[in-house]
Amino acid sequence: MSTGVEPWVTQATEVAAQLPIVDDDPVAQRFRVHRSAMTSPRIHRAEIERIFAKSWLYVGHESEIPNPGDFVRRPVGGRPLFMVRGVKTGNVNVFHNTCTHRGALVCRQESGNSKVFQCFYHAWTFDSEGQLKGVPGRDAYAGGVNFDELGLKRVARVESYRGFVFASFDTGIVDLPTYLAGAKDYIDLVIDGCGGSVEIVRGTNQYSFDANWKLLVENSVDGYHAESTHDTYFKYLVSIGTDLRGGVSGRAIDLGNGHAVIEYSSPWGRPVAKWEPLFGEDARTEIDRLRADLVTRHGKDRAHTMAEVNRNMLIYPNLIINDIMAVTVRTFYPPAPDVVDVTAWELAPVNELPSLRQRRLDSFLTFLGPGGFATPDDLEALESCQQGFVSGGVEWNDISRGMGRSPVANDEEQMRVFWRRWQHQMGDAADMAGAQ
Amino acid sequence: MTAVAAEQQAICRQQVEDFLYAEAALLDAWQLDDWLLLFDEDAKYEVPCNDAVDGDPVQDLMLIDDNYARLAARVERLNSRRAHREYPHSRTNHQVFNVRVHDVSAEELSVTASFTVWRFRAGRTSCYVGRYRYRLRRSDGGFRIAAKRAELDMTDLRSVGDVAIIL
Repeated sequence: MSTGVEPWVTQATEVAAQLPIVDDDPVAQRFRVHRSAMTSPRIHRAEIERIFAKSWLYVGHESEIPNPGDFVRRPVGGRPLFMVRGVKTGNVNVFHNTCTHRGALVCRQESGNSKVFQCFYHAWTFDSEGQLKGVPGRDAYAGGVNFDELGLKRVARVESYRGFVFASFDTGIVDLPTYLAGAKDYIDLVIDGCGGSVEIVRGTNQYSFDANWKLLVENSVDGYHAESTHDTYFKYLVSIGTDLRGGVSGRAIDLGNGHAVIEYSSPWGRPVAKWEPLFGEDARTEIDRLRADLVTRHGKDRAHTMAEVNRNMLIYPNLIINDIMAVTVRTFYPPAPDVVDVTAWELAPVNELPSLRQRRLDSFLTFLGPGGFATPDDLEALESCQQGFVSGGVEWNDISRGMGRSPVANDEEQMRVFWRRWQHQMGDAADMAGAQ
Repeated sequence: MTAVAAEQQAICRQQVEDFLYAEAALLDAWQLDDWLLLFDEDAKYEVPCNDAVDGDPVQDLMLIDDNYARLAARVERLNSRRAHREYPHSRTNHQVFNVRVHDVSAEELSVTASFTVWRFRAGRTSCYVGRYRYRLRRSDGGFRIAAKRAELDMTDLRSVGDVAIIL
C-alpha cells in the first residue's frame, strides 16, 4: 500500500541545523522531535543499521511451537527468519531462512511441523537443529567444502523471557534480561495476571499503513488521544452499560533502555478480572472467582493491579504488549520511511475455560484489530500525521506534555523515554536535524 | 437431479442472487440502516483472520465477530462523523458472483458466493477478495440473513490496511 507520495525531506532552518533531531530541553521544559525523523530516507537507512540491527527484536512466542518440529516463519527486522523447536534438543532454534548452498528459502510454509527442511532448488536438506543432513551427489565435491560448517545459520543471539522469544543480529548485545530492564516486571505482571502461563491465540492480524513506524510507537502508548480519537468506542461502551466515570487516570513509567509503560484505571472490562456489562450477568461469579485466585496467589495489592489496571507497554524498539480489554502483542517494521508493516496477536491464559476465552476474544474485538472499533481510526490518525509532514512549513513535533510534573498516563513522558533512547542509539546519524 | 428439482434450484438461486445484489446495492449506497434491516436479531456477521479462514469465534481470533447488537453499533459508528477512517466514506463496489445454493429444500438456505469489494478513498484503491457464506431464512417471499461470513483470500491485510468498511 502506498500513497505514491515521495517521502518529503523537510527543509530545515539554520536553527534546526544546529540542533539534534530530538530537542530535549529540560530547562525550558520543552521536548521536540524534528519531523525529518519521520520522513527522511537517510534517517530510515540509519535506523535499519543502528536500531533494528542492534536491538533485541521479538520473534514469536514459545507457545506457537509447542511440539518438536513445530515451526513458524517470521520476518524480523525486515529479514525472513524461522523459528523451530528442535526435535533432538527441544530447544527453540531461530535460523536465517536461507539455504547455505545458493540462497533459496528453506522454510516456505508459514507454519507447520517438520523433521527436515529441504531447499527445493538443489534438495539440500537440514534437520530441525540446523544440521546439513543431505546433499545430492556429495561425491562431486572436493575436500575444500566442509559440510559440517554448512548447517543453517543461526541468528547471532536468541534468548527468551517467560516464553517471549527475542533475537538480535548483534553478537555483542547485552543479555536479554539486562536489556529488558524494568519491562521484565511488567511482563511478569501480564503473565501472572493470566494465571502464570500464556499462549498466542490462533489467528493473526497482519496489516500495513502509510506512516512512519515511530508514530505507531507513540500511538501505542498514547493516553492523550483516547478520548478524542476513539469517541465512537466510548459511545459504544456507554450504550452497552459501561460506567466510564472512573476515567483513565494513571501514570507513565520509564522502564529503562527506552522501554516505558503507562498504567491506568480501566473504564472497560478486563477478562482478568474486572466484570463489565459486555460479559453478561452469568460471568460475574466466574470473574469473582478468578479475582479471588489472584488475591490468594499474589496478595491483595498485586491482584488489584493485575485485575483492575491497564498496561500499555513499549519494549524498545518495536514490541508492544498492551494489557487492556484483552492482551495484544504487536510488533512492526518499516520497509520505508512512510510505511509500516504490523503483525499483531492475542495473548491468553493456557487452559482457559471456554466461556472465559470467548469473553476475552469478544472483548478484544470491541477495540482492537483491523476490524475493531478503534484501530482503524488510529491508522487514519497516523496516516494523517504523515500527510501533514509532507505539507511542510512546520519543522517540529511537540512532545512536551507533562514535563515538569510527575507524568500521568495521558502525558507524553513514555514517548520521551523512547525518543531519548532513539537519539542515543542513532548517534551522529541524528545529531543535526538540519542535515537530513 | 430431476428436471423439477433442477428448475427449483435455478429459481431459488435466482431469488438468492437478486437478494444478494440488493444487499450489495445498499452497502454501496451507504444505506446501512436499511441494510441492517435485512438481518434477524439472532444474526451473526463474521470475518475470520486471513491466516485462519476456518476460524471459530469461540476459540480463535477473528477480525470481526458481531452479534446483532455489535453489528447495530458498527452501523451507528459508521453513520457518525467520528468513525475517522470512514469519514468521509469510501466509495465501494460490492461484486457478488459464483453464487451457489446448498440444500434448496431446507428451511434455512446455506449459500456460498465469491466476492470482490473495491474500496476507493482519498486516491487510494483497495480490493478485498474472498468467499461469502450466508445462512438465509425464507420470509414473506424474500429472505432474512441469519449469518453472513466473509472469508478473505488475501494472505494478509497489507494491501488494504484494515476492514473498516462492511464487506
